[in-house]
Amino acid sequence: MRTEPDYLRAGRGIRSWLLTRDHKRIALMFLVAVTLALTLGGAFAMILRTKLLYSGPWLIEPLTYNRLFTLHGVVMVFMFMIPAIPAVFGNFALPMMLGAKDLAFPRINLASFYVYLAGAALALWGMIHGGADTGWTFYAPYSTTTPTDVAPVALGVFVLGVSSIMTGLNFIATTHMLRRRGLRWHDMPIFVWAIYATSIIQVIATPVLGLAVGLVAIDHALHMGIFDPALGGDPVLFEHLFWFYSHPAVYIMILPAMGVIAEVVPTFAKKHPFSYKALAYSSLGIAFVGFLTWGHHLFVAGISQFDAAIFGVMSMFVAIFSAIKVFTWIGTLYRGSITFNTPMLYFFAFVYLFAFGGMTGIAVATTSLDVHWHDTYFVIAHFHFIMIGGTLTAFLAALHYWFPKMFGRMYPERWGLVSAALVFAGFNLTFVPQFLLGNAGMPRRYYAYPDRFHVLNVMSTLGAYLLGAALILTLVYLLASLRWGKPAPANPWGSRGFEWRSPSPPPAHNFVVPFDPAHGCYAYDRPPPDEAPAVET
Amino acid sequence: MNELLRRILHLPAQSSSVAADIDALHYTVILATMAGVTLAAAIAGVFLVRYRRRTTAVPLTPRIEVPLWFEVVAYGGLLILFCAWWVVGFAQYREIETAPADAIPIYVTAKQWMWKFAYPEGPTSQDALIVPVGRPVKLIMTSRDVIHSFYVPDFRLKQDVVPGRAETLWFEATEPGSHDVLCAQYCGLRHSLMRAQVVALSAPDYARWLDAARAPLELPGAKGDGQGLAEDGRATAAERGCLRCHTTDGSPFIGPTWAHAFGQLRHTADGRDVVIDEAYLTESMMDPRAVIAAGFPPVMPSYQGVLTPAEVSAIIEYIRSLRDAAPARAVPSPAGPIAFPPPGDTPGANP
Repeated sequence: MRTEPDYLRAGRGIRSWLLTRDHKRIALMFLVAVTLALTLGGAFAMILRTKLLYSGPWLIEPLTYNRLFTLHGVVMVFMFMIPAIPAVFGNFALPMMLGAKDLAFPRINLASFYVYLAGAALALWGMIHGGADTGWTFYAPYSTTTPTDVAPVALGVFVLGVSSIMTGLNFIATTHMLRRRGLRWHDMPIFVWAIYATSIIQVIATPVLGLAVGLVAIDHALHMGIFDPALGGDPVLFEHLFWFYSHPAVYIMILPAMGVIAEVVPTFAKKHPFSYKALAYSSLGIAFVGFLTWGHHLFVAGISQFDAAIFGVMSMFVAIFSAIKVFTWIGTLYRGSITFNTPMLYFFAFVYLFAFGGMTGIAVATTSLDVHWHDTYFVIAHFHFIMIGGTLTAFLAALHYWFPKMFGRMYPERWGLVSAALVFAGFNLTFVPQFLLGNAGMPRRYYAYPDRFHVLNVMSTLGAYLLGAALILTLVYLLASLRWGKPAPANPWGSRGFEWRSPSPPPAHNFVVPFDPAHGCYAYDRPPPDEAPAVET
Repeated sequence: MNELLRRILHLPAQSSSVAADIDALHYTVILATMAGVTLAAAIAGVFLVRYRRRTTAVPLTPRIEVPLWFEVVAYGGLLILFCAWWVVGFAQYREIETAPADAIPIYVTAKQWMWKFAYPEGPTSQDALIVPVGRPVKLIMTSRDVIHSFYVPDFRLKQDVVPGRAETLWFEATEPGSHDVLCAQYCGLRHSLMRAQVVALSAPDYARWLDAARAPLELPGAKGDGQGLAEDGRATAAERGCLRCHTTDGSPFIGPTWAHAFGQLRHTADGRDVVIDEAYLTESMMDPRAVIAAGFPPVMPSYQGVLTPAEVSAIIEYIRSLRDAAPARAVPSPAGPIAFPPPGDTPGANP
């Protein structure tokens, strides 16, 4: 048996990382970057929640508050949520799941990382230089007339979008061209379908976002009057352009999360999915129908009743695809052989939080109810249930699930379970009160609020502290286990997944022996294929 | 039942003709979705316990695929349920969006950060919308600067107010009382304090208010109680919202204080020192961005065309009168020209 060093040891020195074309190393660099973004965005959230302990002016000025919630949104959406799962775990696992040595365009993959850094740097420079105070939605004409520095932040978002498109193109090309011989579409892991569907949205929708924020930046700098009615523009046009991207963008954020869950459940239930095709095609369904629902953000913006009708119905259709997924995951547990590892606990949290968040999505798509909830904390709670309860939970599940494969070390299971439970508790304490605040009528982006909202705001802030502490705990034990964790076997979970048939960590070219697609990645009704051969460590 | 659910869900009072119907749909949707989620989580929980692994060896598990007919029935049924909610919700939305023909029109102008209401009979009011109970009122709204949103939680109603467009919203208050108007669309520095009140009066009270409101405004410029120009300036400053950003007790707020300011040197953001005199104050009202006081955000809107020359003079006279004012605790609050019933649920914090 020929032995070769794993990908972490395949090259030495900083240049071997910064100039690497290995998708696994690029994935790790993205992991560091998005973790920093999460830390930054989370720190902003903590300051905002601390301010909201009291309604009166304290801790920070109103202008600082407005800048902070803008940056919280921009950093979390564009620097964490959108790249988090595709650029880290998609990058790492997708080629391995297809039996490829790398992505179709390794140089573009590396370039997408540097474009991401450039976009992040531009946006962060804008933040230090003055900081936009428009909210992450950049609604005109406020965004085109505010004296703060909108242009660098908007251009940063534009550049981050370019990175997102590059990543998406790469995944689409890889899925079509680099599948291992004998690996048919219906043999692919569900995660690949999810990333593929995500990539389609990224490639089609992101240019429209680039257009919209680009026009805002131009309007702000040159007073062209594209969206400013004082100069003959139309502010509602901006809302349409913005949400044409930003609604599908929530599916960019949640589809990969669903893909992660679709891998975690069969592995820990040791069970073939309840319906492979339902999971695979519902991702594509969400990707396509998701393009036709953006108008539900404009029910009170003055759109026609006919438009409101269409967008309301389409929103109900897109919800059905999510219901299909939840139903299929739960059905997969039936007659399985379930073990309770950290990723499985995150799955349970995900099902509850995502279903809860998704069902409140049905509620806000019910047009007359949205009139009351629109732009209140109900909407904030709804999308945080999807974005944190869904995406962040799945991100943590993926991090624990693939941690042994990525680093060749095990994380401490006990700490994992404790922190997963704390994340779940902290999350609920943060966001359930926000649903009630929305019902009571507290609008979003409020520096000061009427006194009757005080108690619920305090509860929410305490929950945020607990959530923050749980995330810091997770970061600490994961960093510690990089050094002190037990060495991981090739397949610690007993998964049938293709990527687990390679050693942990994998060699630079992913597989010592190419896997046999005839042994399906969910074939838990048959004995496992031979264990992966050992490598020199 | 209605009252119990309303309290559990923290919903505010139901004070418009549509609120109770909307809440009924709200309860149905929320209770059904909560039950659905709980059921799903409970089934998952049962499976997790029932099918947990009891041996160290990994057994083979059967490959079970859900039959297609089951999926079609389950998802089809769910879609029909969702669409049924949508049918009811959309019917309510049409009702909210279509104003009755006999509604009283009131013109609403939003600007950073105040609401102004103009009645066809002539009077105008600021941050207090006076309406009769039991009659539909149609607001015809526009914004002078950025997008705002007219939101009355007690009515379950909201409408974005977009510059360059006339948006409408109608409602019918069911009982006399006072209700918060909150701006729901982020509009800048004082977004969270852009609040007003809808005051619903009984029909006789409304008629009396209209009579009283019409009278003083037949004399343009006479806003004070006739105690001199400085007092007129104080009333004008309160009504035009100046005192929401400028204090009169010496403490800096959004803008510089007016106390002990007249005749002093002002340090500007571009490093100069200018004397605060009539010319400077007039320029600051007409073109606030021309000279920015150091340490303050450049957020003041222009009052060109908003303030009459008489009002500008009165405000300057008021600021001059504050030159030697004793430090006093002055709470900046909009003193509307109309005395209306005390609001039941006033926004608490008005720093």
